[in-house]
Amino acid sequence: MSTFWSVWISVIVLGTVFGCWWLLYETRKNQTSDSETDRTTGHSFDGIEELDNPLPKWWYYLFVATCVFALAYLALYPGLGNYKGLLGWTQENQWEAEQQIAQARYGELYARYGDTPVEELYTNDDAMQIGQRLFANNCAVCHGSAGRGNIGFPNLTDDAWIYGGDPDSILSTLHNGRAGAMPAMGTMPNMTPTQVDQVVNFVLSYSDRAEDPEAAKKGEQVYAQACAACHGPDGKGNQGIGAPNLTDDAWLYGSTYDWIKDTVVNGRQNMMPAQSDRLSDDQIQILAAYVYSLSR
Amino acid sequence: MKHEVIEKNIGLMIFLIILTISGGFLVEVVPLFFIDETNEPVEGLEPLSAVELEGRDIYIREGCHVCHTQQIRPFRAETERYGHYSVAGEFVYDRPFLWGSKRTGPDLARVGGRYSDAWQRQHLYDPRSVVPESNMPAFPWLFTDKVDHTKTADKLKTLQTLGVPYTDEQIANASEELEGTFEIDALVAYLQQLGTVISEKR
Repeated sequence: MSTFWSVWISVIVLGTVFGCWWLLYETRKNQTSDSETDRTTGHSFDGIEELDNPLPKWWYYLFVATCVFALAYLALYPGLGNYKGLLGWTQENQWEAEQQIAQARYGELYARYGDTPVEELYTNDDAMQIGQRLFANNCAVCHGSAGRGNIGFPNLTDDAWIYGGDPDSILSTLHNGRAGAMPAMGTMPNMTPTQVDQVVNFVLSYSDRAEDPEAAKKGEQVYAQACAACHGPDGKGNQGIGAPNLTDDAWLYGSTYDWIKDTVVNGRQNMMPAQSDRLSDDQIQILAAYVYSLSR
Repeated sequence: MKHEVIEKNIGLMIFLIILTISGGFLVEVVPLFFIDETNEPVEGLEPLSAVELEGRDIYIREGCHVCHTQQIRPFRAETERYGHYSVAGEFVYDRPFLWGSKRTGPDLARVGGRYSDAWQRQHLYDPRSVVPESNMPAFPWLFTDKVDHTKTADKLKTLQTLGVPYTDEQIANASEELEGTFEIDALVAYLQQLGTVISEKR
C-alpha cells in the first residue's frame, strides 16, 4: 500500500476514535452534575421542554472503554495502513499456524501410510478409514459413495478395469487423471447404418446377446476394420490406452443395443480429473489403497 | 460547541452527518479502488472468453450465486475441502464479483477441472442422478436453449472500457464464436475455468 493510502487510513481511523472521545468530553463539559436533574436546554415548544441531563457515569465510562478498546486493538492488530501491529497477525500466518498444528498431529501418520506399498496398506483398517473419508470427499460425487459408479463413471468395485486395477495403474490414474476418447465410428468414419447395426450385433454376440445373428456374423469384418485397433481382435480391450473389454458384463455406458449403437455412432469422450494438484502424495497413496480394497 | 450552532445551520449539519456516516466507507472501501493488492491480477489471469463470459451471465441469471459462494477463506477447514484460499488478484476482471454470502451448496471458487465436463452436464441436467442427497434444482432448459449472443460484443466492450484487457479482435469475433452454442456449454465452460489460475496443493 502506498504511503498516501497508509496515511489516509491512519488519519481517518485515529481521527474517528479521538473525535468520538472529544465529542463525549465536549458534550459533558457543561454538565456539572452526574445525577439526574431538571436541567433543560432552554428550548421550549408549546410548553414542552428539552431536557439536557448528563449520562449516567457507568454509561459514560462504557463509551470511554470502547475508545480505549479501539486504540488497544489498533496497536495489536494491523488496522492503520501499513502498520503491522504488535502481534504480527495476518490471515495468512493464522492459516499457516492451523496447517502446522494439523501437520504435527497428522503429518507423521500420513507419511507412514504414504511410504507403505498399496498391497500392504489396504489391509490396514486405520488407513482405510482415512481412505474412506478421502473417497467420500473427493471421489464419491462421480463414482458413488460405495464406489459402484454410474453411467460414464466406472464402477470401482468389480474386476473390470479400463486402465488397469494394479496398484501402479491406480496410482497413475489418481495422480495424472485419464482422458478417454472413443472416436465416432471408431477407425471407420464412413461406416454405413447397416454396418453400424452389424457391428453392434457383433459386439453383443461377445456376450451371446446378438439380436440378429446374421448381422452379427457380417459385423465381424466391420469390427476388424473399425474397432479392433483399440479393443483388440478378440474384443478384450487394451488397458494401456483405456479401451474397455467388450466381452465382460461391465459396461461404462450401458449394455443394451441402443446404448451400444449410440456409443458407436457418436463416440465417447470421458475424463478423470488429475488429483495431484489437489491432494498430497501421501493422501493419494491412501486413496489408491482404498480403491484397491474396493474390489478385493 | 453548542447544539444550537449545528441545529440552526442545516448546511453544517448535512456536512457533519455525511462525514460521520462515510467514515467506514472512506477507510475500508475507497483505498481498495486504488491499491495494487486489489487491482493487480494474479500471474496468468486471463479475461473470460466470450463463451465463458456468457456462461457467467447464465450463472447469474439462474441464481447460482445465491446458493454457491466463490470465495475460499483462509481457514484450514476450507482449504482442505476446496483448495488454496482465494486472493484478491483473482477477481480483478470480475464485474461484479460473485463471492456470494451463503453456502447452501459448496463453494465453487476452485471447481474448475475438479469434475469432467460430462459430470457437470449430467449434474446440471439431473443433480440427483449423480448426487442422490443433493437438493439442487435441475436446469434442463440449458440443454435446449441457445445462448443469446446479440449483446456479447457490447458486454466485452463495456468490460474493456472498465479496464479488462480484451482485444478489439476478441470483441469483433465474440458474437460469431457463440453462434449455435447451447447455454449448457457456455455454463460448463465458465465453471471449468473457475479458480484454475492458482492450483497449489492444499
